[in-house]
Amino acid sequence: MKTELIQVKSRDAEDELSTIEKTVYSDYKYGFVTHIEADEAPKGLNEDVIRFISARKKEPQWMLEWRLKAYRHWLTMKTPEWANIKFPPINYQDIIYYSAPKQKINPKNLDEIDPELIRTFEKLGISLEEQKRLTGVAVDAVIDSVSIGTSFKGQLAELGIIFCSMSEAIQEHPDLIREHLGSVVPITDNYFSALNAAVFSDGSFCYIPKGVRCPMELSTYFRINAENTGQFERTLIVAEAGSYVSYLEGCTAPMRDENQLHAAVVELVAMEHAEIKYSTVQNWYPGDKQGRGGVYNFVTKRGICKGNHSKISWTQVETGSAITWKYPSVILKGDYSTGEFYSVAVTNNYQQADTGTKMMHLGKNTRSRIVSKGISAGFSNNSYRGLVHVSKNASNSRNFSQCDSLLLGDKCGAHTFPYIEVKNNTAVVEHEATTSKIGEDQIFYCNQRGIDTETAVALIINGFAKEVMNQLPMEFAVEAQKLLAISLEGSVG
Amino acid sequence: MLTIQNLHAGIEGKKILNGINLDIKKGEVHAIMGPNGSGKSTLASVLAGRSDYEVLDGTVEFLGKDLLEMSPEQRAAEGLFLAFQYPVEIPGLNTVNFIKTAVNEIRKYRGEAPLDAVSFLKKMKEKMALVNIEQTLLSRSLNEGFSGGEKKRNEVFQMAMLEPRLAILDETDSGLDIDAIRIVSNGVNKLRNKDNAILVVTHYQRLLDYIVPDFVHVLYNGRIVKSGPKELALELEERGYDFIKNENKAEVA
Ligand SMILES: Nc1ncnc2c1ncn2[C@@H]1O[C@H](COP(=O)(O)OP(=O)(O)OP(=O)(O)O)[C@@H](O)[C@H]1O
Ligand SMILES: [Mg+2]
Repeated sequence: MKTELIQVKSRDAEDELSTIEKTVYSDYKYGFVTHIEADEAPKGLNEDVIRFISARKKEPQWMLEWRLKAYRHWLTMKTPEWANIKFPPINYQDIIYYSAPKQKINPKNLDEIDPELIRTFEKLGISLEEQKRLTGVAVDAVIDSVSIGTSFKGQLAELGIIFCSMSEAIQEHPDLIREHLGSVVPITDNYFSALNAAVFSDGSFCYIPKGVRCPMELSTYFRINAENTGQFERTLIVAEAGSYVSYLEGCTAPMRDENQLHAAVVELVAMEHAEIKYSTVQNWYPGDKQGRGGVYNFVTKRGICKGNHSKISWTQVETGSAITWKYPSVILKGDYSTGEFYSVAVTNNYQQADTGTKMMHLGKNTRSRIVSKGISAGFSNNSYRGLVHVSKNASNSRNFSQCDSLLLGDKCGAHTFPYIEVKNNTAVVEHEATTSKIGEDQIFYCNQRGIDTETAVALIINGFAKEVMNQLPMEFAVEAQKLLAISLEGSVG
Repeated sequence: MLTIQNLHAGIEGKKILNGINLDIKKGEVHAIMGPNGSGKSTLASVLAGRSDYEVLDGTVEFLGKDLLEMSPEQRAAEGLFLAFQYPVEIPGLNTVNFIKTAVNEIRKYRGEAPLDAVSFLKKMKEKMALVNIEQTLLSRSLNEGFSGGEKKRNEVFQMAMLEPRLAILDETDSGLDIDAIRIVSNGVNKLRNKDNAILVVTHYQRLLDYIVPDFVHVLYNGRIVKSGPKELALELEERGYDFIKNENKAEVA
C-alpha cells in the first residue's frame, strides 16, 4: 500500500484562530463566473431533453430507459411541503438541464483541459496538478455537470479502486452501475431524487474492492457555473467487504440574482466490515443580505450498511445555499453495523436550512450517533429534522442524539424536530438538546480581553462546532473553519 | 496615566455617574469603596467601553489618549484590563485557547509577532504559579461551571497573562476564601511595578491589608464624595457608610 501518500499533520487546536482571522472577509469569495463555451440542452424539461442528455453522453439504452422511467414517475409527484422552508414554486421549464463545457470528452491529461477551467479550479483552491500529490487528495472535478478530469487514477487503479465520473462508469463498468445505481435511493424515492434520476448529467463513481483501504482521501469539487443551469449530480460509492474509503465533497457556485436549483443524489453501499466516511463542505451561494438569489439545495443522501459490522459516517458543514433540504441517512441493515451523522449547519441573513438525518435500525446490535450543531444568525431559519427508527428485529440497538442550537441575535430561528420510532423494547435511544445564544455580555468579555467581535464570534462558534469539525479530514477542517467565520461575518454587534 | 474629568454616564435613560473626577498616576493603587448601587461597576464598565452605557459628559484620558474614542478591544490593547465582578461563562470555548487568542490579538495590535506555543506555555506556567490556578481549570470551557472563587482566580490569571498598564479589579475579593484572598493579592502585588497602576473596587478593608492602596475613594450616588489615605478604609469599616451619607445630605442641604 502506498502509505507515503497520506499526509500526517497534527491538529493544533490552539492555532485555529490565526487562520480564521486571516480569512475573515465579508463577501462571497467564490462569486466569479468562468467564461467557457458550453454545450447546452434547450431550456425546459420533457422526454426529448432527457433523450438529448442521454445521447450526448452516449449512454446505453438501459440507462435512457431508467431515466425515462424516473421522469414519468416524477410527473406524478408533488413538491414535498413538510419541511420548515418557504420558497416560491420552481418553474422546471425555465431551467437548462444540461450544460457541458465545450471540450474534448475524457481528457487523458491536463493539457487537454481548457485552461480557463483549470484556472477556475485554481481560484477555488483546487488544483488538478501533481502538487495535489502532496496532500494526498485525488480530485474528481465536476463543473456544470461534467467531470473534467480525474487525477491519481493510475495509482488507484493499481489497487483495483475505480474512481471516475459517473458517465465514464456507465460506459466502462455497466455491471456495477446496473447493480447499485438506485439501489439505495430508488428512482421513486422522492420528488427531487426522481428528478435527479431523470436528468443527472454527471457525478462521481467510486468502487473499493474487497479488503482494500483507499490510501488517500477521494474528493469531488462541485461548482455551478453557467446561468440557469440546475446541477443534478449523482454519486455512487460502493465499498466491498473489509474495505475503507474517505470521500470529500466540496461545493461553491458563482453569485447570481436568480435562484439556481441543485438536486443531487448520493448513494453509499458498505458491505461486511467495510467503512465509508463521507464528508461535505457545502458552500453554494447563499443569496445576498436581502435574501435575493442563492442556490436551492435539495439533496438526497443515503447509505446502506449492507453487511454485518459495516460503518457509514456522514459529516457535513453546511454554510451555503438559500435553502438546504438534506437528510443524509443510514440504513443499518447488517448486524453490528454503525451509522453516524455529524453536522454543522450555519444560516445567516435569509437562509433557510431544514437538515438532519434518518437512522434506520434494521439489523441487530446496530449503533447510531447523531451530533447536530445548528448556528443561526440574521433573519434565518435553521431546523434539525431527524428520525431514529428501530424496527422489530433490531434488538439491542442503540442511538445517541445530540442536537445543539446556537443563536446569534434575536431575529433568527432554531427548531428541532426529532422523531423516534421504536418497535423493539431492547433498544436504547437517547436524545439531548440545548439552545444557547451568543450574548452581548460574552462578546464584551472577549472585547475587553483585546479580541474583536468577529474574532470572538469565530472563537465561540468554533468551540461550539468543534465536535463535528474534528470529524473532518485535516485538509477540509481548515477550510471549513474559515467558512464558518465568513458566513457569520457581520452577524453580531 | 488615567485622568477622569467630570464624567457623567447612564444606562437606558437612567443616570448613574454624576460627575466623576479621578486622577491615577503610574505606580499607584487606588481603591474605590461605596454602598451597593452607588455606581462602582458602572464606572468600571464605562472605562472598559461597554456599549450599552452612554457617556453623557466629561473626558477620560488614558496614557495620553482619548479613552472614550476607543473601541473596547483597543482599550484592552492599549493596556486597560477589567477583572469582572461577574465573569461571563462561554460554553465550548476552551480557556487556554481564549487566553492565547487574547494575548496574541493584543500583541498584533502592538505590532508584535504572536507568541509561539513554547513561549506561551512557559509564560502560562509562570503565571499559573503566581495565582495558584489549576491546569485542569484552564483546560475547561471558559468559566463554565467554575465556582465563584475559581472565576475570580481566573480573572487575575488573565490579568497576569495580559500584563496591563491599568488593571481595574471589580470586587475580585468577593467569593474568594480567606486563603485565596491572600494568594491572589500576593499575585497582584507581584504584578505591580512603577509603570502600571491598579484600581480596586471592594467592600472590604481586608483586601486592602494585602493590596495596600495609596488612595481610597468613596463613591456615593455616582460621585466621589470623599478621598483619603488608606486609613479611610478602616474608618469606613468601623463606621459604615451612614456618616458619609449624612455628611452628604448636609452638603446638599
Ligand atoms: N441596565 C440597567 N438598567 C437600569 N439600571 C441599571 C442597569 N445597570 C445598572 N443599573 C443601576 O445602576 C446603579 C449602579 O449599579 P452598579 O452596578 O454600578 O453598582 P455598584 O456600585 O457596582 O454596586 P455593587 O456594590 O452592588 O456591585 C444601580 O442602581 C443599578 O441598579
Ligand atoms: Mg458592582
